[in-house]
Amino acid sequence: MGETAIAREIITLAGIEIELFEGGKGTPLLFLHGAQGFSPTHPYVAPLTQHRRLIAPSHPGFGASGLPLWLDSVDDIAYVYLEFLDHRGLDRIDIVGCSLGGWLAAEIATKTPERVGKLALVGPVGVKLGPTDKLDIPDIFAMSQEKVARLIYHDVAKEKPDFAKMSDEQLTTIARNRETTALLTWEPWMHNPKLRHRLHRVSAPTLFIRGASDGLVSQSYVDGYARLIPGALVTTIVAAGHAPQLEQPEEFARVLFDFLDA
Amino acid sequence: MKAWHFSETAYPYLPPDSEYESIRVNLPNRNYDPKKGAALYDRFIEEWQVAEEEGVNIMLNEHHQTATCVDPAAPLVLAALARVTKTARLLILGNPIANRRQPVRVAEEMALIDVLSHGRLEAGFVRGVPYEISAGNSNPMRTNERFAEALDLIVKAWTSHDGPFSHEGRFFHHRQVNIWPRPYQSPHPPVWISTTTPNGAQRVGAQGFVQATFLTGYDGTRRVYDAYRRGWREAGRAQDVPINRLAYAALVYVGDNEADARAGAEKILWYVRANKVPQHFSFPPGYAPPQAFTRILRGDVGDQHSNFSAKATVDGTINAGLMMAGTPDQVYAQIRKMYDHVGGFGHLLIMGQAGFLDHDETVRSIRNFARHVYPRLKAEMPDDAISGFSAPAERTAV
Repeated sequence: MGETAIAREIITLAGIEIELFEGGKGTPLLFLHGAQGFSPTHPYVAPLTQHRRLIAPSHPGFGASGLPLWLDSVDDIAYVYLEFLDHRGLDRIDIVGCSLGGWLAAEIATKTPERVGKLALVGPVGVKLGPTDKLDIPDIFAMSQEKVARLIYHDVAKEKPDFAKMSDEQLTTIARNRETTALLTWEPWMHNPKLRHRLHRVSAPTLFIRGASDGLVSQSYVDGYARLIPGALVTTIVAAGHAPQLEQPEEFARVLFDFLDA
Repeated sequence: MKAWHFSETAYPYLPPDSEYESIRVNLPNRNYDPKKGAALYDRFIEEWQVAEEEGVNIMLNEHHQTATCVDPAAPLVLAALARVTKTARLLILGNPIANRRQPVRVAEEMALIDVLSHGRLEAGFVRGVPYEISAGNSNPMRTNERFAEALDLIVKAWTSHDGPFSHEGRFFHHRQVNIWPRPYQSPHPPVWISTTTPNGAQRVGAQGFVQATFLTGYDGTRRVYDAYRRGWREAGRAQDVPINRLAYAALVYVGDNEADARAGAEKILWYVRANKVPQHFSFPPGYAPPQAFTRILRGDVGDQHSNFSAKATVDGTINAGLMMAGTPDQVYAQIRKMYDHVGGFGHLLIMGQAGFLDHDETVRSIRNFARHVYPRLKAEMPDDAISGFSAPAERTAV
């Protein structure tokens, strides 16, 4: 596995300073991170950049990106990224979105279906499928961090971050990512009620990827979500939880490229 | 000095705290016996009436989904108090307007209570403690911004008398605001705001509203008041800050003698000891700055509410300035010490009932305070006194 340089720059979109990571050679692939944000040190970055030009912005309020007072929804961010595609002259691009980023990718694909080449949604949230009196996604803000970690990871011990060794800046980023996640997902919880009624517009070939041990996004949720997008496929990665790109990066890349390059 | 009898109307008949995760948010309400709750309300209202008889004013507040304060709709209880009392000022501290979806409705409720009480309302507003976030399903981000917009809208609703106005803000939208009734007091009931941080207090000082702080102890309270006085002066409100702009809330028990005082103090300490709340409810994302969460990630569990502790002791809380308890002379001395340390304050918010402190004990303490402590406070700390450390050198230095 070769090392690929990841460039970082700050660009301005819709008046917001956006942190943008970019690296690798090949066809562009827009990577939309989940609640944990994007880091060039994440283990999936190297395998993805071996085949593709990886373009990974930090969403508004995540990483070093700004968060204006007017912005409070995933829908808002979708429009920011449509402006990004205009800005870069990307008429059509493959998108992979993880968790919250999967919701974001789905929003983009309903707004401008013709601009999405292929769409990969990894443990995505964003729709409400189940009954009124049961949360589709567990309330991660009403449980301990330890319990949240058990729901997210297949192997909690292996993925446990060592906060004591992190810098103030790294910890502040974690705290800020958590804040913005709350802002975007609080109400309605983890979904946009309108999205499910727009998903039939998605025309890109779509693959749902779920970690078999995902405690946040259930198999039935992913299956139901996939039925709302014409022709969407579902696949599972074993020995992985809500973030298979972190726990099984090589297998994740293989599954993803099997789909994108087919 | 004005004194206020404050009861959180707690429900103390709970299982051992080892049997539940949190006294707030998710403690099942099967633990609440409505018959016992009704009896508690009978006596709590009677205790407020005793306070009025003794010349002490009345204060209540609002919390949600908690046994520590079974008053999720404080305006309702205040409306009842407006009709069973005649003279006492009625302080609600406060309306959690960062979590209320309809500020205009809050303006209406307060105006109605002001009318029902013939102008005795003191209208307090709070951002709400962090544990209210889950109960209210309130977005924990931007609570300060919502609070500020809601307060502006409420004051405008109270003071606009020439037909509807419109409001199209960041968080609230109305096309026809024209509340009936309008407040009894003119231009509107006194506004109180509680905050426990210097930044918040400086904003309140600039606005000139009454600032209350809860259980912040000697140095914490002084920092809050200093910030208030700074905000007041920087906003061009003149050098002198009247003490009647500043309030301090402490646990208070005034006993007949030292033994009685100690027993009462131990019981009232329930308020501090019982507040078992896990981190995920006491630190919702966005409520405190990110730096507070980074301290948690590093394993430092301290927080701005760290005075709440199962291990708290009477002596510890008295020494920290969170509790005033003892004989009348001792309580007077404790209040005097706090007053002098922080530069003076004009309102003592007496948390005079908690946990298993029974009716007779609560009444005894109210009477001991009113008859043997309060007269000295009123004589020595007149309402028109000036707050701050008013040595001429410092006054000119500001």
